Amino acid sequence: MTPRRVRTDLVRSYVITGGRHQPSRNTHSLELVSLVTATGDRPLGELDPERQKMVRLCQGGYLSVAEVAGHVRLPVSVTTILLADLIDSGHMVVRKPPPAARPTDLDVLEKVLDGLNNIL
Amino acid sequence: MASTTSSDSGIYVRDTVETAAKLLVVGPFGVGKTTLIGAVSEIEPLRTEEVMTQAGALVDDLKGVEDKRTTTVAMDFGRLTLAPDLVLYLFGAPGQQRFMRVAPVWQQLAHGAYGALVLADTRRLDASFDAMEMVEKHGLPYAVALNSFPDSPHFPEEEIREALDLSPETPLVDCDARDRASAARALIALVKHVHTYYREHLP
Ligand SMILES: Nc1nc2c(ncn2[C@@H]2O[C@H](COP(=O)(O)OP(=O)(O)O)[C@@H](O)[C@H]2O)c(=O)[nH]1
Ligand SMILES: [Mg+2]
Repeated sequence: MTPRRVRTDLVRSYVITGGRHQPSRNTHSLELVSLVTATGDRPLGELDPERQKMVRLCQGGYLSVAEVAGHVRLPVSVTTILLADLIDSGHMVVRKPPPAARPTDLDVLEKVLDGLNNIL
Repeated sequence: MASTTSSDSGIYVRDTVETAAKLLVVGPFGVGKTTLIGAVSEIEPLRTEEVMTQAGALVDDLKGVEDKRTTTVAMDFGRLTLAPDLVLYLFGAPGQQRFMRVAPVWQQLAHGAYGALVLADTRRLDASFDAMEMVEKHGLPYAVALNSFPDSPHFPEEEIREALDLSPETPLVDCDARDRASAARALIALVKHVHTYYREHLP
């Protein structure tokens, strides 16, 4: 049940983000559970291998930012920077506005409760 | 790992999903976070790691390479499709002392979370204190689930509540993290509590 370990290579992270630790303007709207997908209408040829890998992964449907990070084996911080670039360039889109910092939606909680009761 | 409403699109979230809800599963190393997440998740649990300086800053540039005082924080997570328009994400993270210094990761985890399930083990209840403090610091409502290991001693509920300094309304449940239904019941206790908490604390 232990998920495979993912090594985090600092130098590699530095190179693939172009040395930036400040993400593009889209990043503020990306949370761990923001759902992203590929638009499918931009060429991949111009992208470096890491970004291509992300776009290919997301061509199949929606994934959360955290899931993209897990699948491509990069830290969330790096993944967020790359996804923001890909949103800027039109390769990717975010499905939803980010959730509130402190969500208190009782309807959502009731739905979660129903869903959990259903799996008992 | 199959769920009655689980995604039939493999690793992907259904196109119909409108809301992604987030809950945290916290506690010390080895207490059963990954096991519990795996027991209910419809996807193989995933892991990401973040490298931080000990001062708590995210490291993704060469300044961090020069500064050897870095630490790695791993989080595991799983997903559960609960309705055609709703997925639940469960993020597991350690509440160890060193983790307290890595505030950005905690902020990112706590941001948008409805609440937290704190896992504890009666052989070492104090090992869960750090996780409880972090959750309280972020203002998240929580429930405590006691995972019973073969040699975990049994104590009366009142003694455990006292040892953990739980307020009377905080749920305390027994749980076998390896069992899907048991894990789900612990999450249900948490979500019921969160619902009550927000109903009472909202204007
Ligand atoms: N008996 C028992 N063993 C458990 C339980 N939860 C986890 N374990 C075992 O404890 C070990 C550590 O669990 P793990 O989920 O990796 O802990 P984590 O570090 O909190 O993610 C694994 O070998 C699990 O099989 C439980 O509720 N009961
Ligand atoms: Mg674990």
